[in-house]
Amino acid sequence: MAVKHAELAEKFIADEPRTNWHDETLWFVREKRDKAAHGLPEWEQLREWGSQIKNNTLSNLSNYLKEFEEKATANGIKVHWASDAQEHNEIIHKIIQKHGIQKIVKSKSMLTEECHLNEFLQHKGIEVVDTDLGERIVQFRKEPPSHIVLPAIHLKKEDVSATFHEHLQTEKGNNDPQYLTEAARQHLRNKFVESQLAITGVNFAIAETGGFVVCTNEGNADMGAHTAPVHIACMGFEKLIPKAAHLSVFLRLLARSATGQPITTYSSHFNKPRSNQEMHLVIVDNGRSKQLGREDFRNSLKCIRCAACFNTCPVYRRSGGHSYHTAVAGPIGSILNPNLDMKANADLPFASTLCGSCTNVCPVKINIHEQLWKWRQVIVAEGYVATSKKISMLGMRFVFSNPKIYRLIGKTGRGIMHLFPFMINNKLNVWFKQREMPEAPKDSFRDWYLKNRKN
Amino acid sequence: MSARENILKAIAMNQPKLAELPVIDIGSTIHYEDSYAQFRTVLESIGGKVELISDLTVLKDQLISDRLNGKFVVNTIETLGEVDQKAAFLSAFELEKVEKGYVQGTVGVAENGAVWIYESQMINRLVPFICQHLILVIEKKNIVDNLHQAYEKIDVSKEGFGVFIAGPSKTADIEQSLVIGAHGARSATIYVIE
Amino acid sequence: MKIALFIPCYIDQFYPNVGIATLQLLEKLGCDVSFPLQQTCCGQPMANSGFASLSKGCDLNFIKNFSGFNYIVAPSGSCVLHVKEHLHSDKHPVEAFLLRNTIYELTEFLTDILKVENINASFPYKVGWHNSCHGQRGLNLSSMTERMLPEFSKPEQLLKMVKGIELRKPKRNDECCGFGGTFCVSEEAVSVKMGKDRIKEHEDNDVDYITGGDTSCLMHLEGILRRKGSKVKTIHIAEILNSVL
Repeated sequence: MAVKHAELAEKFIADEPRTNWHDETLWFVREKRDKAAHGLPEWEQLREWGSQIKNNTLSNLSNYLKEFEEKATANGIKVHWASDAQEHNEIIHKIIQKHGIQKIVKSKSMLTEECHLNEFLQHKGIEVVDTDLGERIVQFRKEPPSHIVLPAIHLKKEDVSATFHEHLQTEKGNNDPQYLTEAARQHLRNKFVESQLAITGVNFAIAETGGFVVCTNEGNADMGAHTAPVHIACMGFEKLIPKAAHLSVFLRLLARSATGQPITTYSSHFNKPRSNQEMHLVIVDNGRSKQLGREDFRNSLKCIRCAACFNTCPVYRRSGGHSYHTAVAGPIGSILNPNLDMKANADLPFASTLCGSCTNVCPVKINIHEQLWKWRQVIVAEGYVATSKKISMLGMRFVFSNPKIYRLIGKTGRGIMHLFPFMINNKLNVWFKQREMPEAPKDSFRDWYLKNRKN
Repeated sequence: MSARENILKAIAMNQPKLAELPVIDIGSTIHYEDSYAQFRTVLESIGGKVELISDLTVLKDQLISDRLNGKFVVNTIETLGEVDQKAAFLSAFELEKVEKGYVQGTVGVAENGAVWIYESQMINRLVPFICQHLILVIEKKNIVDNLHQAYEKIDVSKEGFGVFIAGPSKTADIEQSLVIGAHGARSATIYVIE
Repeated sequence: MKIALFIPCYIDQFYPNVGIATLQLLEKLGCDVSFPLQQTCCGQPMANSGFASLSKGCDLNFIKNFSGFNYIVAPSGSCVLHVKEHLHSDKHPVEAFLLRNTIYELTEFLTDILKVENINASFPYKVGWHNSCHGQRGLNLSSMTERMLPEFSKPEQLLKMVKGIELRKPKRNDECCGFGGTFCVSEEAVSVKMGKDRIKEHEDNDVDYITGGDTSCLMHLEGILRRKGSKVKTIHIAEILNSVL
């Protein structure tokens, strides 16, 4: 039985100082986002525009996709379609084999994480070098990223230093981020320069022009894409937007929401391959068309992968991305992943107090917390919930539909707490682990009311 | 049926009722009293440098001096001096050694310090990314308030490639410590011609 | 106008003083308040656990008890939000609609309906305010730090009318306490950690009391406070607004 969020979170929290550090670091990113948002009087209007553009996109997606494919193809981009992760990986593998490619660099693409591309290629003896600094760090450590924008946020500089000492022969114990980044720069520069294939993600694809945009701070996507003779860009089909002018809305929202910057250092707009370069684009479904058909959950496809919801989520900050056991963690992951595999991800919508903060920070106004609640209903209806829980809920239903029984249970429960506290205050009572139980009054409110008000 | 047909069919079947596109009122977006000042402030806060110049003399001299000193530089700006057309044919191995890239930009964006560069202004797509130090040149009158106005002034699909570059490359992936100079340029200086 | 008092199940059973304070406060403000005697629960614990399908009996009982009043008032943001969003009945759709639109949380009832301008209450203590999520974000009882909108707070507006009170805001003004319904036991580690972190910020402010509009949050925080032997106590806002010299 796969380990669930609650157990993984408990392990994470066991190191309380580290949990505090993780929580404060991510809260700081949330604060930077607030500052950036405050700097634009039209912030809420921008969110509304972003939301409406994405609503329009989803409602006209089949036409936009055809328009996009037509334009991209006319511009010399080879467009491929993949129904699922397996097909996506095979398409890429085929291109690699056709050219006899050995040296591959990849910039950040959560889609390739979702499809487990690196593992797939590794099994075929093909090495992929992740070039986003955070991704490279976790790649060395053989870990998945814990955050879709800040992949190594769960690591301290001492951890990175140890990893680089092992893999890049940096000075042992030298934790200076400047020094470590320089080492990565030199190491990856060689990889870029000799790369034969560059795989990138896609932040936005434009139906009107057939072009796509890739945003980075490091410049790693471009270092690979403008060097390698072959460039493959991978995208979920929901990355589409109708017009180039709409990029202004999304680029203004994206970096501010993600890290509090007004824009990423590089916003690269690709339209055509270089002369004597092959450019491919893989459009992937992998459950997205199914999600599109779910009326309550299709809005989750508006996501622009900014991770603002991660940074604001009090649960994510205290449990870390690995507790979500999926490529995309956090609140948005919890409404996307049950669609991919409801059984494996049945725990995720419950890893939340439904506080609603995520919905408030989402730049495209996805009603995340409402979808979390709705997923709970679906998961229970499908039977992916513990029998013990079902039984206790049936008990609750009985009690709460019968006033007399409710009062009897209440009075009895309080009586037991009063007379035999050890029956409640023990190891079997999860509440009692770290909290005192509330005191049990002799009279309920209703008892008091009858004695003091009802004539 | 191919994957393409299956996917498009599923999408057509599942997509919701048509929702209208919003009307983007650019007039309601942020406007700066002094867009140059804002451009400069933002760029300096993201590790870039801005120099206001009345004409290209100082840059021309710098380029000449760089070349005399044997620095490997690539110049793409006609008005600055000899354009290094050969950069179009250099391999990545060779371009990796470029110390400085002098690149012409089209517009500057005050709200975020970004400069738009068309492929034709780069000679080689790699130039603005692979050089150790980037020098961008724009005209002050081409600094707009925000991205909405920028997209009105440029045509991002006109050429095979184009990019907004805002300052030097950077990363904060190591414990959120900001390090300037990741994989792209270690420094970016924007010369604004009055 | 006739008001029905809705006392959430856990307040009825464990914190009757909150119910008493609410009733006395409303009466002091001139309201004609009834307490329907057969009320049980709003159904939120089941619904939030994914078992909204089991709430029909509960909903029916709610409708039976609370129909026929001008307003229903409850000292709980989360229960009121649940009723507003999820009270449905195939048998009594009109009644359900009316209830969804006439149910109020206590503080918003005071500010929006009664339009209270002064309260004859005294509470000379240092008090930390806790923004309960469902009331704040769901019922819009106050502005939220995530949104770029004008600042306001209905509960604080009322608390500022209380003599002698010294309000102290925690650093993270609207972070969740971690109770979250069954979350408090199903994700016990995260739940308690979240509660501990809230408490630390209030303790850093050296408060005597932590107050809020939802007893569920307060019960969770109180559990942690008492376990660590803290001198900080929790109290519901109704009890503060109802306290006299």
